[in-house]
Amino acid sequence: MAAIETEGLERTFKGGLTAVAGVDLAVREGEVYGFLGPNGAGKTTTVRMLVTLLRPTGGRATVAGHDVAREPDAVRRRIGVALQEAALDPLMTGRELVELQATLHGISPARVRGRARELLERVDLLDAQDRRVGTYSGGMKRRLDLALALIHEPAVLFLDEPTTGLDPVSRMTLWDEVRRLKAAGTTVFLTTQYLEEADQLADRVGIIDGGRLVAEGTPAELKAEAGHARLDLTFAAGGDGPDLEAAAAALRPFGTPAPGTDGTHLRLALPGGAAEIAPIVRALDEAGVELRGLQVVQPTLDDVFVARTGHRLDPEEPRADAAAGPR
Amino acid sequence: MTRVVAALARRALRTTARRPQFVAPLVLFPTLFLAANVGGLTRATSLPGFPPVPSFLDFQLAGSLTQALLLGGVASGIAIALEIEMGFFDRLLAAPIPRVAIVLGRLCAAAVVALGQVAWFLAVDLAFGGSVEGGPLGALAVAAIGVVAGVGFGATGITIALLARNVATVQGVFPLVFVILFGSSAFFPRDLLQSPAREVARYNPLSLIADGLRDPLVGPVSAGPVLEGLAAAGGVAVVMTAACVLALRRRLARA
Repeated sequence: MAAIETEGLERTFKGGLTAVAGVDLAVREGEVYGFLGPNGAGKTTTVRMLVTLLRPTGGRATVAGHDVAREPDAVRRRIGVALQEAALDPLMTGRELVELQATLHGISPARVRGRARELLERVDLLDAQDRRVGTYSGGMKRRLDLALALIHEPAVLFLDEPTTGLDPVSRMTLWDEVRRLKAAGTTVFLTTQYLEEADQLADRVGIIDGGRLVAEGTPAELKAEAGHARLDLTFAAGGDGPDLEAAAAALRPFGTPAPGTDGTHLRLALPGGAAEIAPIVRALDEAGVELRGLQVVQPTLDDVFVARTGHRLDPEEPRADAAAGPR
Repeated sequence: MTRVVAALARRALRTTARRPQFVAPLVLFPTLFLAANVGGLTRATSLPGFPPVPSFLDFQLAGSLTQALLLGGVASGIAIALEIEMGFFDRLLAAPIPRVAIVLGRLCAAAVVALGQVAWFLAVDLAFGGSVEGGPLGALAVAAIGVVAGVGFGATGITIALLARNVATVQGVFPLVFVILFGSSAFFPRDLLQSPAREVARYNPLSLIADGLRDPLVGPVSAGPVLEGLAAAGGVAVVMTAACVLALRRRLARA
């Protein structure tokens, strides 16, 4: 049974904005599914429908075997949710929030305190448990949010852009926790606009743009689909700069090199993989071109995104349709 | 459900107590208003037609308490609107609880706050030479009307918040509190008001609530004003709680 399944899932807001336009998903149990897309692509709207905060205006969706529209209570009992902005009351302490969440999820009064302590320890917030959340750093808030989402050991965990705005150390800590959850068999639906995050964590990735799923597969499958690895070559500058013409001539038997932007680089596709590197270096040496450095660049999910949508996935560039639904 | 409502009420009380900007309108501002009125208008009791009262403080206290209870309602509304704006409301909606518990928890907190406001104003009354002429039964009557009115005003604030979904709109209601209050007999005897203010005050349920609160303070408890006050407060509480639940359903249906 799929942990999450959608068929033609749609959401059109009042005013006619279609944020999600017929998304089909099948997320397997125990899988980490990365839902990748730029701001406004429809990620958060999809999540809000799957966690029963928004009604779909078309199609259907089941989570943990329950229909989100017809059995929302059953869905809510089986899921954990950490929404995009860590929606935490800044006036409560970490411990108070976790204990409240435990009560809301029906954990018996005798177990509330112990369970709260256990989770706060797991996310490394035990020392800060009696501090008001308003004094927490962004990373601490995200960890607390995760603890809240895990309080009832959900079958399916939704993490909506869990690392947006976090420093690298906090990001790594969250990644480690997601890996631990996967090892424990929890299904994780992770939305992100970070390519590396999807690449590192997800078993499978769905790429969404303009409310439509434009690609789906394992990161390796998607990258393989995007094309070959390429070789970036940097040449040492002589008196008048590097002789790129001589370098390009030496490289021609291996393909058509493309110049970089700063006049010291050339790029060459590597259809034969790393085995081609030694002959290339030898050819350059024989042509008397001094090579300063080289780097093999593998295709990225961004290349997949460009191939499928015609534009880059830029987290810094908000889009006009960035609506995630009414509050 | 009882456990969830109690947990949400405790949380609401805790966060209210931690927001000084919320606590001030609940007791401090109405107390200052009371002090200013009592300090400058004491001779009003000598006006022809002014009902016999032990002191102007006893008379004014009901008005200030009514004002405090109304501001408590605004505070409940602002608290819910803040939760909606910061996303905490969504956290509650995503939890496997009956959604009406979110509203009931906040209303239980409003009841406790109202009881605290009643206790505060009775203490102020006694501390500054006033009296509760109706004795312990009178104090109980004031507490009962105060708590029920507090729930009604809280439900009104929450309804506005659920419909408006933003703090600014709920804060915009603040001046209306004074318009409604001064259109009642909370601060001045109805018989001394001129037309049309007298007619407005006659049909303003706040007059019944204020008169019900006042009656046990200025004389022995008489069933009429107290029951009328209780009925008016109960009416506001029932109607506005129903409106509150409908507003929540409307909000969820439109999500």
